[in-house]
Amino acid sequence: MTNLPWLLLIIPLASALIIQFALRQMSGTAALLGTASVAATFIINLVLLGQVGTDAFEGIKALHWIDVGDFQVSFSVMPDKLALGMMFVVTTIGLLVHIFSLGYMKDDEGKSRYFAGLSLFMFSMTGIVLADNFLMMFVFWELVGVSSYILIGHWFEKNSAADAAKKAFIVNRIGDFGFMAGILILFGATGTVGFVGLEEAFSAETLPLTGTLLTLGVLGIFCGAVGKSAQLPLHIWLPGAMEGPTPVSALIHAATMVAAGVYMLVRVDFLIAADLFSSTTISWVGGLTALAAALMATQQNDIKRILAYSTLSQLGYMVMAVGLLAGYAGMFHLFTHAFFKALLFLGSGAVIYACHHEQDIWKMGGLIKKTPITAITFMIGTAALIAVPYVSSGFWSKESILFAAEHTNPSLFWIAVFVAFLTTFYMLRLVLVTFFGKPRAHGAEEAHEVGLTMSVPLIILSVLAVIAGYGFFAGNFLPDSFHAHLGWDANHPVSHEGSKALIASLASLVLGIVAAIVLYRGKDKDPISIGFFKNRLYIDDIYEWVVKIGQDLVAFIAAALDKFLIGGLLVRGGAGLCSGAGYLFRRVQSGNLQYYTILFGIGVIALIYIALS
Amino acid sequence: MTLANYLIASGLLFAIGLLGVLVRRNLIIMFMCLEMMLSAGNLTLVAFSRFNGEAGLPNMHAQTLVFFIITVAAAEVAVGLAIIVALFRARQTVHINDIQVLKG
Repeated sequence: MTNLPWLLLIIPLASALIIQFALRQMSGTAALLGTASVAATFIINLVLLGQVGTDAFEGIKALHWIDVGDFQVSFSVMPDKLALGMMFVVTTIGLLVHIFSLGYMKDDEGKSRYFAGLSLFMFSMTGIVLADNFLMMFVFWELVGVSSYILIGHWFEKNSAADAAKKAFIVNRIGDFGFMAGILILFGATGTVGFVGLEEAFSAETLPLTGTLLTLGVLGIFCGAVGKSAQLPLHIWLPGAMEGPTPVSALIHAATMVAAGVYMLVRVDFLIAADLFSSTTISWVGGLTALAAALMATQQNDIKRILAYSTLSQLGYMVMAVGLLAGYAGMFHLFTHAFFKALLFLGSGAVIYACHHEQDIWKMGGLIKKTPITAITFMIGTAALIAVPYVSSGFWSKESILFAAEHTNPSLFWIAVFVAFLTTFYMLRLVLVTFFGKPRAHGAEEAHEVGLTMSVPLIILSVLAVIAGYGFFAGNFLPDSFHAHLGWDANHPVSHEGSKALIASLASLVLGIVAAIVLYRGKDKDPISIGFFKNRLYIDDIYEWVVKIGQDLVAFIAAALDKFLIGGLLVRGGAGLCSGAGYLFRRVQSGNLQYYTILFGIGVIALIYIALS
Repeated sequence: MTLANYLIASGLLFAIGLLGVLVRRNLIIMFMCLEMMLSAGNLTLVAFSRFNGEAGLPNMHAQTLVFFIITVAAAEVAVGLAIIVALFRARQTVHINDIQVLKG
C-alpha cells in the first residue's frame, strides 16, 4: 500500500493510452472507461487522504531519472496534505466533469478523442500536483499545456478553435521559458531541484543566494505561474481557450490547470517569503490582473467569456494573496473557487446546450422558467462567487484574502474591494440577462431542462459550492498549518467581525447588487457601452500590433539578408567569381602550340632561376 | 679545343633548336628542331664526359646517359612521326595554325 499514490498517475495514463490506441472507434466504451478511471482515482485519493500524517508513505518508491555524479533527479511523488487536498479538487471536479461530458458530448464525432484528451489531462495534472521536485513538475507542466492544447482545439475544423489552441500554447511557452530560467537559477545556487531540499536550503541561516539573482530566480518561477494562471500580461490566452468544449473550460480553464500556477507558488512560498521585491511584484501583478479582468468582464456578451474573465479576476485574487505572503488564503480561495467556478461553467454549458449552442446572453432570457435546475444551481454558484455572507463558500475565502490584504497592503486592499464590487455587478448582470426577463431569441424560447447526467453534477457541485468554505469540510483538505490562519483552530479563532474587510465586502456586495438591478432589470439590450472595456483594454490589439511590427521587422531584415547577402554576395558573387576567373584563364588555352611552348619555356627558366638562386 | 668551345657549340645548337620550335609553323620542321635540342644536350654530356675523365679514361656515366637519350629519342621519333602522319591523313595539313581545335 506504500506505493498507492503511484496509482493516481498510472490509472489515467493507462486510460488515455487504451482509449487512444484501442477504443478510437468505440466511443461509448471510451467515455465510460475515462469516467471509470477518474472515479477510481477519486476513491484512491480519499483513501490516501485518510492516511495523511501516518507513516504510510515512508519509503515510497522513486523512479531514478537522471543520475550523474552527485546530481540526481528522481520522479517521485510527495503525497502531503497540500498535494492530496489539491488532488481532491482535481479528482472531484474531474469526475463530475466526466459525468457531465457523457451528456454534453453525447453526439460528438470526436468523443473518444475527447475522453483520451481528458484522461491525458488528468494524468498530467496529477503529475504537477504530486511532483516532489521542480524538474518533474516542469515536465508535467508542459504536459498539461499539451493536453490543454488538444482539448481547446477539439473542434479543430473551426478556425477560431485551432487559432485559440495555438495561442494558448504559445503564450504559455513564454511563461514556461521564465519558469525554466528560474528553476536553473535556483538549481545553480542550491544544487537541488527538490522542494524539500530547496526548503532546507532556504531555511538556513544564510540564504543560498541573495540580491538581484534571488529576485530573478523567484520572478522566473513566478513567470511560470503568470503563464499557466493567466496573469497580466500573459492573460490573453484564457478567454480564447473558451473555444474548447464547455466541460473542458470548467475542468481545465477554471478549476484545475489555471490554478496550478497558484498551487505551485504555495508549494514554494518559502521562496517568495525570501525576497521582498518579488513578493511585492507578485501581489501587484495579481491585484492588477484582478482589476483589469473584472473591468473587461463587465462589458462582455458571451456567457463563457464573462466567466473566463471572472476566472482571471479570481486567479488574480489568489496570486495577490500569495504575494502578500498569505498563501493559506490563496490556497483556500483556490479550493472554494474550483467548486463554484466549475459549477458556473457547467451551468453555462447546460444553458448553451439548452439554447441550441447559443452563447450570446442577449439572445437568452427568461430561462429560469424553462430550466429551473440549471438556473437555481447557477445562482448558487453566483452567490458563492460574489461572496454572499455566511451561506456561500466564496465569502469565507475572499474574506480571508481581504483580511490578509487589509493588514499588509492597504492600496491593494481597496483594489480588491473594488474588484469585489465589480464581480457582484457583472455576475448579476449575467444572471439577470440570462435567466430573467423574456426570451429574446428562438433558442431561448424552445429551451428545455438538460438530462440527468448533466443536472446531477450541477446539483452536487452546488452543494459543494456552499459547504466548501466551512472549516469542518475544507479543513480535511487543506494543510493543518493553514488552520490557525483561517480561524478553524479552536485555540486561535480569527474573528473578522467588525473588521474593515468585512464591512467593505458587505458594502461592495450591496452596491454591486443595486447597480446591476437598476441597470439591467428587464432590459433587452445593453444600456451602457464602454468600448475600452469591451475591447479588453485594447491589450490584445496592442499585442497584435507589437507582434505585427516585430514580425514585419524581422521579415524585412531576413528578406534583405536573403536578397543581398545570400542571394547577391554568396550565390551570385560566387558564380561571378568563378565565371570571371574562367573568362581570364580561358585566354591561356589559345590552342596555339608555340604559345604553349613559350609558356613552358618561361616556366622552366623560372624554375631554374628559383633552383639556382 | 677546350670545354668551352664544345659548350658554346652545344648552346648554339640548343638555341637554334628552341628558336625553330618557337617560330616555325610546320610540324615536321618543329619536330626536327626538337631533335636538334636533344642532340645539343647529348653533345654537352659527351663534352663533359671527355673533359672530366679520370686517369686518362672518360667519365662513363655521362656516355651511358647519352645512349639512353639516343634510344628514347629514336622511340620518340617513331611515335611522333607516326602521329604526324596520322594527323596529316586526317586533316591534310601539318601547319599548326590550322590545328587549333583545343582552343578554350
